[in-house]
Amino acid sequence: MTEAPDTIKTTPLHGLHLELKARMVPFAGYDMPVQYPLGILKEHQHTREKAGLFDVSHMGQVRLTGDDPAAALETLIPGDIKGLAPGRMRYSLFLNEQGGILDDLMVTNADDHLFLVVNAARKEHDVALLRDQLKGRAEVEYLADLALLALQGPKAAEVMARFVPEAATMKFMSYLPAVFNGIPVVLTRSGYTGEDGYEISCDKADAEPVARALLADPDVEPIGLGARDSLRLEAGLCLYGHDIDETTTPVEAALEWAISKRRRQEGGFPGADIILGQLSDGAPRRRVGIQPEGRQPARELTEIFDADGARIGEVTSGGFGPTANAPVAMGYVDRAHAAPGTPLQLMVRGKPVTARVAAMPFVPQRYYRG
Amino acid sequence: MTVKFTKDHEWIRVEGDEATVGVSDYAQQQLGDVVFVELPDVGRTLEKGKEAAVVESVKAASEVFAPVSGEVIAVNPELEADPSLVNGGAESAGWFFKLRLTNPSELDGLMDEAAYKEFVEGQH
Repeated sequence: MTEAPDTIKTTPLHGLHLELKARMVPFAGYDMPVQYPLGILKEHQHTREKAGLFDVSHMGQVRLTGDDPAAALETLIPGDIKGLAPGRMRYSLFLNEQGGILDDLMVTNADDHLFLVVNAARKEHDVALLRDQLKGRAEVEYLADLALLALQGPKAAEVMARFVPEAATMKFMSYLPAVFNGIPVVLTRSGYTGEDGYEISCDKADAEPVARALLADPDVEPIGLGARDSLRLEAGLCLYGHDIDETTTPVEAALEWAISKRRRQEGGFPGADIILGQLSDGAPRRRVGIQPEGRQPARELTEIFDADGARIGEVTSGGFGPTANAPVAMGYVDRAHAAPGTPLQLMVRGKPVTARVAAMPFVPQRYYRG
Repeated sequence: MTVKFTKDHEWIRVEGDEATVGVSDYAQQQLGDVVFVELPDVGRTLEKGKEAAVVESVKAASEVFAPVSGEVIAVNPELEADPSLVNGGAESAGWFFKLRLTNPSELDGLMDEAAYKEFVEGQH
């Protein structure tokens, strides 16, 4: 869906992106930096080697309150939210009655409320879903006045500790309200690059001072959406609307780890019958990593064939992995061809390219588990 | 020696009935980091305006079109091992292929360097 230029939205860091000479592109209705002068390849490598700062303010931030917002939210997602300890967060999925994925999201137990982060392109949908389905059970507040930044990379902890010393000991998937250079922020030790790092939620008006303070550190470079995409692909992480959507179930998408143990026993989430059936019997198709031979990237919509030439699926994300130093892709194949090492043929720009099913992530994840 | 440019941002340097083809410096800036180049087979006959090569950046794949018709007589052997030559020297070390021209009059329709510069400035 494209929007007319006059309706395109901007984040609180838009002026800073322009000042940093970013190349701007429309993304999910926002004018966003796809790359800075450093370029996608070096931005990617910088994030893997030091630390990168991302503007993810286009994403939706939502507060859920009520008598038992965890119980209410569990009617829409398969994660154990009631069992989520205060200060802890979890990746989860909004599901439809067919077990299809309506969006992926992060849910944080922020003591007196649940804090949700959802995809930019789905935030209106998700807020409407929450308001409609949780009516009378939870109050849904869309936090339009917040910005969201991500600091990612092996130097992220060291850099963040210069501003927020207690950030250093936060564990992966935890949450901490803090003060950054006198500015109230909410930190989570999370991200979407496969690296250690933080997401920083703060008031819109404070986003630029926070960003400038982090960018003043010689270890930190601004990173655009181009490298964000190659980083998450190497990390084996799904991009909503590409690798997962309403037609893919969590089991097909190899996201069954997001279906918590208690919820497997109790059910009670949309599409539970279908999903629990697939958990015990397997799904007809499966999201897998794909490693093409040679150097040419196999991009989204590339058709996948088995060794005998039968069509067995399609690439959903693909490109060149700068850290893997090779083309990397993910896509769906039928269940008989989902085991790592299975030989595949890809039809890349009209020519067959040999590939194999590869274990993901393509680059080891480096989360901080304390 | 004449250098001409196309609206699709290829350059062609003509020496006699032979010519060297690549993408312009403006094109490499727009493409970003080049990670793969697919070159035509030597001996293939290219038709003006038809796909001759593919250049892939981290972000996307782009076609490179033949600026004029001709037979491919050489391809840049360095590009397979080091596609970043396209970024480092789009109009020099990052050349793509050499052609023997079959219809040199096709060159007349292309832009010279000054006209191309003006064309690129009009893209902003």
